[in-house]
Amino acid sequence: MSEFLNVSRKAAVVGVGTTAYGSFPDQDEYSLGAEAFRNAIADGGISKQDIDGLVVCRIPSYAWMGEVLGVNPRWTLPLPPHGRMSGIGIIEAALALATGRANCVALIYTNLGRSRRVNYGGGENGNFWDPWGLTSPGAGHALMFRRHMALYGTTTRQLAEVSVAIRHHATLNPSAVMQKPITIEDHENARPIVEPLRLLDYCLINDGAVCMIMTTPERARDYRKKPVYIAGVGAKDSFSHSSFPHFDPDFWYEPTRESGEEAFGMAGVTSDDVDLLTCYDNFSPTVLFALEGLGFCGRGESGSFVEGGTLKLGGRLPTNTDGGHLSNSYMQGWALNVEAVRQIRGECGPRQVADCEVAQFVEVTPCCRSIIYTP
Amino acid sequence: MPSALAYTKPLPKIDALTQPFWEYAGRGKLAIQACKQCGDRHFPPTPVCPKCLSQDQEWQVVSGRGELVSWAVFHRAYWDSFVNDLPYSVCIVRLAEGPLVAGNLIEDKSVAPKVGDTVEAVFDQVTEEISLMRFRITAPGRTGSP
Repeated sequence: MSEFLNVSRKAAVVGVGTTAYGSFPDQDEYSLGAEAFRNAIADGGISKQDIDGLVVCRIPSYAWMGEVLGVNPRWTLPLPPHGRMSGIGIIEAALALATGRANCVALIYTNLGRSRRVNYGGGENGNFWDPWGLTSPGAGHALMFRRHMALYGTTTRQLAEVSVAIRHHATLNPSAVMQKPITIEDHENARPIVEPLRLLDYCLINDGAVCMIMTTPERARDYRKKPVYIAGVGAKDSFSHSSFPHFDPDFWYEPTRESGEEAFGMAGVTSDDVDLLTCYDNFSPTVLFALEGLGFCGRGESGSFVEGGTLKLGGRLPTNTDGGHLSNSYMQGWALNVEAVRQIRGECGPRQVADCEVAQFVEVTPCCRSIIYTP
Repeated sequence: MPSALAYTKPLPKIDALTQPFWEYAGRGKLAIQACKQCGDRHFPPTPVCPKCLSQDQEWQVVSGRGELVSWAVFHRAYWDSFVNDLPYSVCIVRLAEGPLVAGNLIEDKSVAPKVGDTVEAVFDQVTEEISLMRFRITAPGRTGSP
């Protein structure tokens, strides 16, 4: 383990709130964010006056968000609208709680990508590679998956297992946007977007908001729900190929491994102990890269590892039991962390993982992060 | 060469940092940035050397040869100007000199591209000022080479 401050069980999640997911053209970041916040404090039986820390992500004005909610924190952290910021925000909140900069932090994320028709490609900001038509995060993942196929013999039918398992979970989650089951054949027959990826390898774009409330272990016991502790965190960035859209020739293997080992070490668990994996699934190949980087299977072996429903509820490693970004909601990692909390609380009904005691969040991106939750 | 008016695809934002690249490209040469202090070669160009932070950098014309790291085929146009090109291929190449670059893969219907193939850059003048590199497969490589 690195010299990173050990924050194991120095912070706990005591409230979670989500909105409906869909297309809400009459809403904005502040109305959706306020709804998620109301739901989170109601969930935990938390008084608004207790909030003295604020993390906002994909919300243009942190100050107006604070005014809307009537909170004036002593620690505030605004984060840009990138998916990789969920892990960063939660870890920073844990650090603020562990070091006494805040006692009770609200983390609020909103997304209006559906009603605002966000395109994720053909950017107006101008990327160096635009003139060649190389654009979109999906293209980066298509390039990585092609390479994975060549190096390790991974097939698109194996990749389909990821989308099929995660869609199955969405059918067990009434709030998920996608409710129709899919098969491997459906995946193979879906229209290509950037080959070798097809439509069912791409995540949703929808509106919604998520809020988490985190506090110190001492205060956590005062609230209504059983605290869910942050048992371990790990982080490693990899910016060396960032001119390419979401592409790394090594699938971010080393930074994923490093952040995973740090989280496992801090939590005192191994990959064998993980009951639930919540994996940032903007595109299905990311799940394969996460499984290898975290050591759930050997390097290059994720294709065969996922065959036969490994990632499904009841399988060896239930993954994204809420339906993930692929089929539940594109809340850029935040809803996956909420799912980890709800599973440890045992609140997930038909999609509940039996005896869920170790839930791990991972994001395999230029900012690799892992967070391990325990009761 | 099509007339400038006809060209509607995205054009590079040329600045002091990137101008030499586009000048060499216009002459059919692939050039990358190299540090005069430590020798590090990198691309796209950076205001300081990412290895030693020196501001003393130069441009080096390289072979244009490299290894196909990966390629992908667009079936969706993120810019309307690409609609008539669909499907079109992009690729990532590791140059013999080290850095990764991207471009378009010139597909030859008779040979399926493979990761590890040897490729070389050719330049395609698209406007009066801009030439874009495309990569042509010159020799099949060992599939699975890292």
